[in-house]
Amino acid sequence: MFKIIRRKKLNDSVVLMDIDAPFIAKKADAGQFVIVRADEFSERIPLTIADFDRDKGTVTIIFQTIGGSTMTLAALNEGDAIRDVVGPLGVATEYEPNVKKVAVIGGGVGCAIAYPQAKKLNNMGVDVQLIAGFRNKDIIILEDEMRSASTELHICTDDGSYGYHGFVTDKLKELIDAGANFDEVIAIGPVPMMKFVCKVTEPYNIKTIVSLNPIMIDGTGMCGGCRVRVGGEIKYACVDGPDFDGHKVDFNELVRRNSTYSESEKQHVCRLMGGATNG
Amino acid sequence: MADMRLDKVPIAEQEPEVRAKNFKEVTLGYSLEKAVREAMRCLNCKNKPCMSGCPVGVRIPEFIAKVAEGDMEAAYEIIKTTNSLPAVCGRVCPQENQCEGKCVRGIKGEPVGIGRLERFVADYMRGKEPEVVLPEPNGHKVAIIGAGPSGLTAAGDLAKLGYEVTVFEAFHTAGGVLMYGIPEFRLPKTIVQHEIDNLTKMGVKIMTNMVIGKVLSVDELFEMGYEAVFVGSGAGLPRFMGIDGEGLIGVYSANEYLTRINLMKAYKKEYATPIMKSQKVAVVGGGNVAMDAARSALRIGAKKVYVVYRRSLDELPARKEEVHHAMEEGVEFLTLNNPVELLGDDNGRVRAMVCRKMELGEPDESGRRSPVAVEGSDYELDVDTIIMAIGTSPNPLIRNTTPGLDVNKRGCLIVDDTEATTKKGVYAGGDAVTGAATVILAMGAGKKAAAAIDAYIKNISEEE
Repeated sequence: MFKIIRRKKLNDSVVLMDIDAPFIAKKADAGQFVIVRADEFSERIPLTIADFDRDKGTVTIIFQTIGGSTMTLAALNEGDAIRDVVGPLGVATEYEPNVKKVAVIGGGVGCAIAYPQAKKLNNMGVDVQLIAGFRNKDIIILEDEMRSASTELHICTDDGSYGYHGFVTDKLKELIDAGANFDEVIAIGPVPMMKFVCKVTEPYNIKTIVSLNPIMIDGTGMCGGCRVRVGGEIKYACVDGPDFDGHKVDFNELVRRNSTYSESEKQHVCRLMGGATNG
Repeated sequence: MADMRLDKVPIAEQEPEVRAKNFKEVTLGYSLEKAVREAMRCLNCKNKPCMSGCPVGVRIPEFIAKVAEGDMEAAYEIIKTTNSLPAVCGRVCPQENQCEGKCVRGIKGEPVGIGRLERFVADYMRGKEPEVVLPEPNGHKVAIIGAGPSGLTAAGDLAKLGYEVTVFEAFHTAGGVLMYGIPEFRLPKTIVQHEIDNLTKMGVKIMTNMVIGKVLSVDELFEMGYEAVFVGSGAGLPRFMGIDGEGLIGVYSANEYLTRINLMKAYKKEYATPIMKSQKVAVVGGGNVAMDAARSALRIGAKKVYVVYRRSLDELPARKEEVHHAMEEGVEFLTLNNPVELLGDDNGRVRAMVCRKMELGEPDESGRRSPVAVEGSDYELDVDTIIMAIGTSPNPLIRNTTPGLDVNKRGCLIVDDTEATTKKGVYAGGDAVTGAATVILAMGAGKKAAAAIDAYIKNISEEE
């Protein structure tokens, strides 16, 4: 059992939890994830390690309640325990040697995953241009944290209610065209966003790392449920990734495979909500 | 005087049409009276050929003699001296190739039902086991990586010798393939859990959610004061065929399919893990894993289940009883068939498998006749789900994070005849060494490694 030391609501549907997990905290690095099972009846779901404190022995997860399992998890309070947390899993993000300037792009709750990347690069002395995209200003998360982990923070909103009016891809293109000269771009968020970021960077030949989010079960390489096609080859995101060269990823196959259980997922939410879905 | 009837005393089973719709155990086991009668068939041979066929050396004629006398407690004690998991072995061992394959009664008639008797004794004694007498601690610590059959056996044997044993398991539940692989209808999970609880009563500590190679390395285990490490991490990395269409929705590895069903209980409504609701399923492969996947697919509601295997029925590597059970339940065997491509619909879901007919050629080095494709025989098999059960290989996580641990071409750990690896103090056994094999061979390796670890630690303590 893994005790929840702190629980904080970041917006209406996004929750942060610091979990007591000293073994994981000792080894965790940016880009890695944990598999969480909230209770005996829950699924195993992958969540990125958003932060860690080796001294206190805690790891931080940030997740959006989008379905049954995240709702069960979100219902736990400070002092409660999560049944199973296993990690750190996956390969930590590897940066190009001698990177000087990097654009780190987060979309929505993906900012929770972009944040540790920005923080690590920032600590390495890299110029970090952090581009964070949200639908509107009400769902902005981690603004202060992201600001302190970047050279410059560009918050974008789809409706223009805060910061830059437009998508992260628009902002990225502007920066590139203005001569930003990025050594690397790291994009983390919904699959369509990552796909379009790659479309923007491809003509400029800027190396682009994406953090993929396929369906996972064990997270240790024993089932292949998370297999993705990268450069024509089958890779297991849980052990070979989750980071891959975005210009080589078959995003269409990833989107399709992620829809495998969309029907049963809806029913699951129905059961938990007593018939009403949360949209 | 032995009972000279040629056939085994029949064992009760659920009817095929009933059991194909539930996950309850198929084979119901002997009654006390039937067990005693079957035990009377044993001739109590002097040279005990049956024992030479048992990888953990169960003293078979001795325990059977006690069953014949009706003294189950004594029979249980005898079995437990060499086998930590009798309720499991009695159910899942391929006895026809092991103990029963060597039984003298099998020359003329059926061999003694050794597996059934072992199972009966373990089931009969469940909850009535004698109080565990904890051995005197010897002050030495051993780490076991992986809580599957080899790790649990090694742990049990070392605990009996007074070692402080910690088992590190990556999953949230101990048991390895006994929990995530072999289905409930063949091996009820409460029985596995009970055998694991018996081990923990002997002082074995099990730490779940610990992926060695990620959260701790083998070298760090030594730093933590463990004097020897046993690697029983199995062969859990599934293979795919590398044909077109394996990324379609509805294509599973058997590991994923069975893990969802057995470990995550996707077939039960109160558990959140989903599984596809399939109508027509093709399972590719011919081993026990393929049988388990096919029979599970039936039980979660598939109308039609095919086993697609590239050789003939005679070469099926699965346990005879499971093939027989699968056939009774209505699984259709498409032998001498090999998939060459998987076809999808506009939504990226599997709609068919292109199969190519095969014929058997000349025997290869292994003595098996290799299948050869029949040109122009391709046809489409309509299916909505495909499960690949064509084998697994060892996970590279531990070898990649442990300097000095050598592996062969197939990624299997190299060991000597005492199960010692190329790294001092590290022993290994089971599928991590052999590649995918059987539960009982893994247990035999765990047993051998435990003895070698005991000798190794005694030796270094004497030197000091």
